[in-house]
Amino acid sequence: MIRRAVRFLDQRSGTAPLIRKSLRYVFPDHWSFLLGEVALYSFLVLVVTGIYLTLFFEPSLASVTYHGSYAPLQGSEMSQAYRSTVDISLEVKAGLLIRQTHHWAADIFVASIVLHLLRIFFTGAFRKPRDLTYYIGLSMLLLALLEGYLGYSMVDDLLSGMGLAIGYAVAASIPFVGANLAALLWGGPFPGKHAFESRMYVAHVFVFPILIATLIAVHLLLVAARHHTQFAGRRATERKLVGMPMFPAYAPRSIGLALAVAAVLFLLGGLVQINPIWIWGPYHVADATNGAQPDWYLGWLIGALRLVPSFDVTIGSYTLVPNAFWGGAAFPLVVFLVLFLWPWGERRVTGDRGFHNLLDRPRDAPWRTAFGAALFTWVFLIFFAGAGDRLFVLFGLSYSLQIWIFRVLVVVAPAVALVVTKRVCDELRAGEAVGADRRAAEAEAASAAELTAARTLVPTSGEVRR
Amino acid sequence: VKRWLIAAVVLLLGKARRAARLPERERIVPRGRPDRGAELAVFWLLIAAAVCGVGFPVVYALDPPHQTQFLGLSLGLCLAFLAAACVVLANRLVVTEHLEEDYPVTEHPAEQEDLEQLVDESGDRFTRKRLIVVGAGAAGAALGVALLTPAASLGPVFDIEPFFRTPWRRGRLLVDENGRPFLADDVEEETFYTAFPQGADREQMGAPLVVVRLPKAELELPPERRGWAPDGIVAYSKICTHAGCAIALYRTPTFRPTQPRPALVCPCHYSTFDPARAGEVIFGPAGRALPQLPLAVDSTGHLRAAGNFSGAVGPSWWGVRNRRPHA
Repeated sequence: MIRRAVRFLDQRSGTAPLIRKSLRYVFPDHWSFLLGEVALYSFLVLVVTGIYLTLFFEPSLASVTYHGSYAPLQGSEMSQAYRSTVDISLEVKAGLLIRQTHHWAADIFVASIVLHLLRIFFTGAFRKPRDLTYYIGLSMLLLALLEGYLGYSMVDDLLSGMGLAIGYAVAASIPFVGANLAALLWGGPFPGKHAFESRMYVAHVFVFPILIATLIAVHLLLVAARHHTQFAGRRATERKLVGMPMFPAYAPRSIGLALAVAAVLFLLGGLVQINPIWIWGPYHVADATNGAQPDWYLGWLIGALRLVPSFDVTIGSYTLVPNAFWGGAAFPLVVFLVLFLWPWGERRVTGDRGFHNLLDRPRDAPWRTAFGAALFTWVFLIFFAGAGDRLFVLFGLSYSLQIWIFRVLVVVAPAVALVVTKRVCDELRAGEAVGADRRAAEAEAASAAELTAARTLVPTSGEVRR
Repeated sequence: VKRWLIAAVVLLLGKARRAARLPERERIVPRGRPDRGAELAVFWLLIAAAVCGVGFPVVYALDPPHQTQFLGLSLGLCLAFLAAACVVLANRLVVTEHLEEDYPVTEHPAEQEDLEQLVDESGDRFTRKRLIVVGAGAAGAALGVALLTPAASLGPVFDIEPFFRTPWRRGRLLVDENGRPFLADDVEEETFYTAFPQGADREQMGAPLVVVRLPKAELELPPERRGWAPDGIVAYSKICTHAGCAIALYRTPTFRPTQPRPALVCPCHYSTFDPARAGEVIFGPAGRALPQLPLAVDSTGHLRAAGNFSGAVGPSWWGVRNRRPHA
C-alpha cells in the first residue's frame, strides 16, 4: 500500500527524492528548541478556533438592546459585536470553550514567542547565517502583539473600549502627524466611525493572520535551508550536525508536542475562565472601571504609560510630544529597535562576521548576556510596574510611593543587572578554566602514574586509570 | 467494539511485520528490539483518547450543567492521551537514531558571480542607465502615491476641525444617563455625577462630564473662571487628557482621611486631577489639566452649560493647546 501511494505521488509530482531527503532531515535535540514549536502549534490552534468564532461573531457597532439569557445585562444598549460575543459565550453550545481556548492560545502564542526570542538571543543563534530568520521572528512578535490587541479590542466590551481609547491616544500622540493618523485609522476623533469595527475585524481575521502565516512559512524555510543550530558536543561541531532524523524518530515527538500544546490549551479553555466579557458589560465612551489590566503581553506598555511623570513637551501653543508617546510608542519602539539592530551592532563591535552553527552558552558571550539581562530587566520591571494597582490592593503598598520606587528602579536595576551578570559569567568561566586545568593536571598525573606503574610492572594501575 | 479494535490492530501489525520482512535491501533504519509492554501501553492510551473523544459529543448532546468544563475536559484529555501515546511511541517503539549530517555549504561563489554577470550583461544595450533609473523612480513614486490615495478616504486625514468640536454650547441642559436634567440643589458634596448634553450623541469624547460639588471656600479657580462654578458645582470633561479613558473615580476625604483634598482619578493610568483648582494634574502621567465647562443655574434651578470647555477635550496631540473648542 505504501509503495502504491509513494508511486502515485512520485509519478505525479516527482518529489520522491525530496521527500526521501526531508524524512531524514536531522533535528538536534535540546528542550529549549521546542519553544518555537510551541508557538507554531499555538498558532494552529488559534487559526482553527478563530475560524469557528468568525461563524458567530458580528463585527458591527450598530446598537441593539440585549434580550438574551444573562439577566444582569437585560435591556442594556450595546453593539452587535458585543452582543454576539456574549451570545457565543452564553448561548452557543461549546462557544465558550472555543472562545476561551482562542484567548488562552493567544496568550501562550505570544509567551512562547518571547521565550523563544530569549533563547535565540542569549545563545547567539541570531548570528550569520540566521540573522534574516531572526528579523522575521521579531517581525512576527510585533505582528502577534498587534493581532492580539485587535482581537480583544473588537469585542467592544468595557475593557476593550478602554484599551482602544488608550491605543487611540498613543496614535494621536505621535509628534506632528498623530492626530491625522488617528483620524485616518478611526475615521475621525475617537470613537470614530462605525466602519472602524470592520477595519479591526478584517485586519484581525484576514490581513494579520495571512502576514503571520506567510512569515512563519519563510521562517521555517530559512531554518530548513540553513539547518538548526546546536550546542557544541563531542560530535557536534560547526560543520557537523548531530540529531534525530525527522522520520521515524522526531515526527512522533513533534506530533506529541503539538497534541500536548492543544491539550493544555483546550483544558485551560474549558477549566480556567478568561476574559468573562459578560461581567465587564458593554463599552461607552463615558465608562471605565478600576483595576483594569490588559492581556499580559501588553502589560509592559501599561507599566510604561503609568510610570512617565506628568509633562507634555510643548513649543508655544504646540504640543510637540504628548505624554502618552513616551510609554505607548517610544518605549516599545526602543525595545524593538535594540532587538532589531542587535545582530548588526554585535557584528560591528566584535568584528565577528563568520558563520556560526554552534550556539554560545550565555556565559561564553558575557557582554551580550549582560546587556540582554539589563534590557530584559528593564522591560520586566516596567511590566511589573503596570501591576502596581494590584500590589496596592493585595498588600496595601501606597500606589504613589510604588510609582516613585519603580521610577528609580527602572534606571538603577538594569545597570545592576548588567554588572552582576557580567561578573557571574566571568566567574563561571574562570571556575571552568580552573576545573579544566585541574582535570588536565589530574589526567597528566594519572598518565604519569600509569607510566611509572607500567615501568615498575606493579599491576595496580586499575585504580589509577580513569 | 474492543474486540474489533484489537482485531484491527493485530491485522495492521501483522501486515506491517510482513511488509518489513519482504525487502532484502540494506536497511535504512537500524533494527530495534520489540517492546510488547510499550505497545500495550500505547494501545491503552489510544483507547483512553478514544473514550475521551467520544465523551465530547455525549456531553454536547446531554447538555449537563458546567458543560464548558466537561467539554474542555473531554477534548483536552483526548488530546493529552494522544500526546502521551506519541511520547511512549517515540521513546519505546520507534527506533531513535542519532545521525550526523554535514551543514549545508555556506555559499555558492560561482553562482553568485554568474548572477552578477547575468544582470550586468543583460544591461549591455543601455548607454544612459541613469536616465532610465530616474524615469523609473519617478514613475514608481507616482504610481505608489496614486495607489495610496484612496486610503485617504478612510478618515478626514487633513481635517483637524472635528478635534475641536464638542456638543456643548451656552444654555445646553446637563442630563444624567437616563436623560433626566440635574437640579443644582440635588447635587451633593463628596460624590460625583456623570452628565451628558441633552439631545446629543453621547458616544463622543466631547460629551461626558464629571460634575462635583465642593465647599465654596475650597474652590481656587483662576479669576476669569470665577463665575463658572455656581454654588460650588464644577464640571469637567470626563475624558482623561492622558490616554482618553473615562475618569471614573472620585477620591474624597470621606473614605481616605489621609488624602488632603478631593481628587478625580482616571483608572487606566491613575492620572489625578484637582477639581478645586481648575482640574490641574496633581499626580500621574497626564500632561494637561482637565478641560472645565462653565456652568450656570437657570431660573428653574437646573444646571446648564454657560459656554464651551476651557480647552480641547481628550488626549493630547500636536494642536491640542492651540484653541478652545466650539460647538
